[in-house]
Amino acid sequence: MSQPETLQGAAAGGRRENGTPLAERIASIGPVIGLILLCGLGALLNGDFATLDNGLNVLTRTAFIGIIAVGMCFVIILGGIDLSVGSMAALIAGCVIMFINWAAGALGSPLLAVVCGAGLAVLLGAVFGLIHGVLIAKGRIEPFIVTLGTLGIFRAYLTYFADGGALTLENNLADIYAPVYYGSLAGVPIPVVVFLLVAIVGAVILNKTAFGRHVQAIGSNETVARYAAVDVERVKILTYMLLGICVGIATLLYVPRLGSASPTTGLLWELEAIASVIVGGAALKGGHGSITGTVIGAILLSVISNILNLTSLISVYLNAAVQGFVIITVAFLQKGRR
Amino acid sequence: MSGTQQQAGLSVAFDGIVKRFGPVQVLHGVSFALEPGRVYGLLGENGAGKSTLMKILAGYEQPSEGRVLVDGEAVAFSGSRDAEARGIVLIHQEFNLAEDLSIAGNIFLGHERRKGWFLDERAMRSEAEAALAAVGLTRDPDEPVRRLIVAEKQLVEIAKALSRKARFLIMDEPTATLTPSEVSRLFGLIERMKAQGVTIVYISHKLDEVERITDEVVVMRDGRLVGRAPTASLTRHDMATMMVGREIADLFPDKVEPQAAAAPALQVEGFTVPGWAQDVSFAVRPGEILGFAGLVGAGRTELFEGIMGLRPGSGTIRLGGRPAALRSPRDAARNGLTYLSEDRKGKGLHTAFPLRPNLTLMALERYARPWLDQGAEREALKGAVAEFGIRTGSLEARAASLSGGNQQKLALAKVLHPEPRVVVLDEPTRGVDVGAKREIYFLIQKLAAKGLAVVVISSELIELIGLAHRVAIMREGRLVATVGGDEMTEETMIAYATGARHVAA
Repeated sequence: MSQPETLQGAAAGGRRENGTPLAERIASIGPVIGLILLCGLGALLNGDFATLDNGLNVLTRTAFIGIIAVGMCFVIILGGIDLSVGSMAALIAGCVIMFINWAAGALGSPLLAVVCGAGLAVLLGAVFGLIHGVLIAKGRIEPFIVTLGTLGIFRAYLTYFADGGALTLENNLADIYAPVYYGSLAGVPIPVVVFLLVAIVGAVILNKTAFGRHVQAIGSNETVARYAAVDVERVKILTYMLLGICVGIATLLYVPRLGSASPTTGLLWELEAIASVIVGGAALKGGHGSITGTVIGAILLSVISNILNLTSLISVYLNAAVQGFVIITVAFLQKGRR
Repeated sequence: MSGTQQQAGLSVAFDGIVKRFGPVQVLHGVSFALEPGRVYGLLGENGAGKSTLMKILAGYEQPSEGRVLVDGEAVAFSGSRDAEARGIVLIHQEFNLAEDLSIAGNIFLGHERRKGWFLDERAMRSEAEAALAAVGLTRDPDEPVRRLIVAEKQLVEIAKALSRKARFLIMDEPTATLTPSEVSRLFGLIERMKAQGVTIVYISHKLDEVERITDEVVVMRDGRLVGRAPTASLTRHDMATMMVGREIADLFPDKVEPQAAAAPALQVEGFTVPGWAQDVSFAVRPGEILGFAGLVGAGRTELFEGIMGLRPGSGTIRLGGRPAALRSPRDAARNGLTYLSEDRKGKGLHTAFPLRPNLTLMALERYARPWLDQGAEREALKGAVAEFGIRTGSLEARAASLSGGNQQKLALAKVLHPEPRVVVLDEPTRGVDVGAKREIYFLIQKLAAKGLAVVVISSELIELIGLAHRVAIMREGRLVATVGGDEMTEETMIAYATGARHVAA
């Protein structure tokens, strides 16, 4: 019966055997080359670019998106998507600010309030991720639809809580919280340290645990995974929770930066996070992707906007356009591989 | 339709056709000629290259070397449209229908009748009606194809070919899903087309059908032409021997009788999968190979998907004597029962993954402590490659780069990796060449001899007769008979499977 199947298999195998190593190498080092070229360009155009300060500045700005992108990488490898991360970050930020303002009085200890608030950020992220996961895995609703819905819901609730304005951390509390964003460890800003840790933990989970293998298996072919006795629903739920936790961590770093949350907080973060993962070489249809690539992708995107900020080559207003061109170009370069 | 096929059939000749897919050569210089107005049976095992050869003729594939001659003139089709323009039409064994379009829409897909800028719906509708009448399908041409059952879709495919005014028609396993009365009607249609001079190539595994309808058989094996002869001069046994290339008896290991006294490893009582299987009961003992025969759609695969928890189903399942509630393949694997799907690429293997993660996926807990021990995984792969005789260029190769037979051995190694006590193998030799088939049979026999209980679902009766101790036969969702010993003949099983013989057990 399945002779064509065999032949297609052989055909696909043949193409892959001839095509893969080179294409895959380009896919994995392409973003690195791109990043190096960009940095060279940046250094040529502006003397301030190649300074340690500017480098750390870029990495600090990358941290929020980068941390979310690590979680997004899992979701995309799983074959899913989460459009709500920006709204989720905004709502978590708002809730955390309200909680800290309240808890500082109720608990009597501003420091304890801030610590609990940071914990709350992670907890809320996990809960939102759990809700996504359950709706997607048990409710069998498309992830695109579920997270499109929560994209609206999360931001609307923040706007409602903020009464259309902004929720702001009280000054003394903001001062206590500030080191989480502005502080540094051995000269490295805290957000960068956390970003690095999240990326390392993410890479270990993805490559060294049964869970990570199951995520890749489901994204590559969900039916095969189900037939191979993988607990597909549990893995899906956990994956969305993992992303939620990443959003929580990113938010707890973000809150002390401005000490406020408004309806524009986290706007379009989902696009940047998804773009980082894709630029990093993942397949949007799932099954394949890497944390290293994602980290490089995130850095690459913020280097672009940094260069635009430092030079007058292209208007800063076109930042998103340049990023868009980069994403499409990368997708084009990678298409031979799919 | 009769008025539209006055032109005579085509003669076709293959001259040294070679086809390579990357490093894999599937056709090794095939040459033969077919004359107009005859019905040819093209025989060969799965993987013999017959479908590829026909796809080349119909323009879906280009030959790597060699020529195709149509009416004595060399042709180079760049696509199926070119071939169709010459009157060569291939009816695929897997359907090429757009589920959401209507029957008429499908029949004219890519060949829409137009009136100016607009579609001429009325003309298409009436032509479609005529084509449906010719194949004997009583359905409204406006009905969406997704509402049809599989056999009806097959008839739509045939109607589609008719509407293309075929002068050379290739049918690849057209009767796999048809009932005996539909088969008779199809044969009537073939006779009429032949009388009009159409050349027909009929690919089928069902030797009784080949005997009934064809004038001459052409046999291929492992990408080569191995023989041709007038149908009347051959017995079915001759055909089978030509296809397999050796006496059938050599293909199978000697049967080792299981211990009669052993308690069943898997016992299923009154199992029902709504819409597919009704009240099925059977048991398989350690060391026993139990075959499952039946027509396509008899509910064998669905029954076992129900037992594995992949479909809703109800009934009692005992594994090793203990009742087990299996809600998912995971539950089943924990209870020592694993299942190899018939759909190797869709459900069996991650073809884009290397061999190692495929092998260990079902037993990954063993390698996670808590970090995956890739060294141990690699050792396991080496062991499996040796034990199962998987031939691969490199241990890091992707599953997709293996040949069908080696993919199947890998899939087999995968479902056996959790060390189950019962394994269900659904079409374990589908898409596999003869040599690999033999190896798989010997592997299954060896595993059974070690005490594994094996269920083999197969559409190839020869395979069940050669391998199984007993064969359960399903028809329309019911287990109608279980035969063993001398009763295991093709005739008996076909009789039960088609309902020609009634429930005895």
